[in-house]
Amino acid sequence: MNIAVCVKYVPDATGDRHFEDDKTVDRVGVDGLLSELDEYAVEQALQIKEKAENPEDVTVTAVCVGPEQAVDAVRKALQMGADQGVHVSDEAIAGSDAIATSLVLAKALEKGSYDLVMCGMASTDGSMSVVPAMLAERLGLPQLTLASVVEAQGDQVRIKRDGDTATEVVGGTMPLVLSVTDQSGEARYPSFKGIMAAKKKPLETLSLSDLGVDAGEVGLSVAWSEVEDTTARPPREAGEIVKDEDGTGAKALADFLAAKKFI
Amino acid sequence: MSEILVVVDHAEGAVKKPTYEMLTLAARLGEPSAVFLGPADKNAEVAEAVKKYGAAKVYAVDDAPLKGYLVAPKAEALQQLVEKTSPGAVLIASSAEGKEIAARLAIKIDSGLITDAIDVEEGPVTTQSVFAGNYTVKAKVTQGTPIITVKPNSAAPVEAEGAGALEVVSVTVSDGAKGAQIVASQPRKATGRPELTEAAIVVSGGRGTGGNFEPVEDLADALGAAVGASRAAVDSGWKPHSYQVGQTGKTVSPQLYIAAGISGAIQHRAGMQTSKTIVAVNKDDEAPIFELVDFGVVGDLHTVLPAVTEEVTQRKG
Repeated sequence: MNIAVCVKYVPDATGDRHFEDDKTVDRVGVDGLLSELDEYAVEQALQIKEKAENPEDVTVTAVCVGPEQAVDAVRKALQMGADQGVHVSDEAIAGSDAIATSLVLAKALEKGSYDLVMCGMASTDGSMSVVPAMLAERLGLPQLTLASVVEAQGDQVRIKRDGDTATEVVGGTMPLVLSVTDQSGEARYPSFKGIMAAKKKPLETLSLSDLGVDAGEVGLSVAWSEVEDTTARPPREAGEIVKDEDGTGAKALADFLAAKKFI
Repeated sequence: MSEILVVVDHAEGAVKKPTYEMLTLAARLGEPSAVFLGPADKNAEVAEAVKKYGAAKVYAVDDAPLKGYLVAPKAEALQQLVEKTSPGAVLIASSAEGKEIAARLAIKIDSGLITDAIDVEEGPVTTQSVFAGNYTVKAKVTQGTPIITVKPNSAAPVEAEGAGALEVVSVTVSDGAKGAQIVASQPRKATGRPELTEAAIVVSGGRGTGGNFEPVEDLADALGAAVGASRAAVDSGWKPHSYQVGQTGKTVSPQLYIAAGISGAIQHRAGMQTSKTIVAVNKDDEAPIFELVDFGVVGDLHTVLPAVTEEVTQRKG
């Protein structure tokens, strides 16, 4: 069985995330890392491999589209235990929207014959949560998305999905696209052994021409949506903070709520 | 004036508030029409409801052949409606399912997509809140039919009498869209409180509750509010994931957000930072949540909250 895990390289959420002059996210001048939410997908892929009858017959490939530094996201996945990596990097991709990113990813995925394409629930930067559905649409595969529990047996997959109005059990037959939430189970830390082993794992770098994608189909200039303006949110004005002493805090808060007409 | 399609957000035919908000926004762009993918026996009821918020037409698609499968058949149904009506834009509620339907629709009809809009103006130009609420972004779709998913509480619904002409539309669903089968479905238990993402007031509890949510829930009920929880509280098993406010849970933007026993990690801020008024109660006077608040109380939530609840009940008396 072949499993692909899509991994994204994102600006560190605890750092200074900002936009560049062309109104794209600065992905180069800031500290980046493997999107935390994709770690859950790597974890579930590794668990499927470990639970398989013959784990050695299961290959987990981490696939990433992003600038040069994005290879760090692939490396992290390899350190966690993925078997090999694919990094699609091409200057023309910079500024691509989710639609173009899903096109490049889909082409990269078509090159391998994957039984499972796994994703995190969303990226921690754009957080649109649309790429898994777009991949399913482009690849013509069923989508089992936002899984909090994953069960794979043979070519059958069942997930638990905590939907907007109901909790559902959804089933499908491989090949399919599977995305998992942060409820699916804590992601493992790379072990020292894993970090050493990752250095020897195959890591392929592909350009757009390797994938047969025309550079004119991707990138900022042809994105199907356009950012007109980005504004840093003004810092909130310092609020009033009181210390509760024998019930004074509750009274002060009730007065505040009343003044604001909430009561 | 171009027709703007608004996909009705509903639970088994009961129209939810974001539908009216989207109809109100759609009226700024053109003539709003509602699309109801739901049980056919609710068509008339839904048409009556959306008509009051300006829907000129109501396209009703029986969801019986759609609903046994995840997302894909609904995207196909919408594709057929877009091809039939050539709308100026499509507005869909920014729920997990709504965003996935929008994603597939965008690819199908070669159109740009904007998710999580908190406002939509003529253009259509959207406003989004990004990077955990630290930036505001204005954007527009430049290709095809703009598909925009809209967050709850993005507009105050404005009543406007529409024609509400009901048109039953039949759609075809391909076999390819039936690959993800819903084998079991357990509707979420009604809490009797407002829906978290739609509520005007939210009271959330975190690690500081120590697992006792009673003070949080009592205050919420006194204020007519929804109850939320931080990731720490959800991970501890004190509340189900559907209560989680934050990056991997719900994003809320109520008039009033009260955080009790929540430190205010970036994960949590991402889900509540755009709330109009923020109040926190926390024992730790250095908790980062106090950087965000309009009003904060340094104190034990287990004594402060019940006292506030009593004050609220008395004053509302």
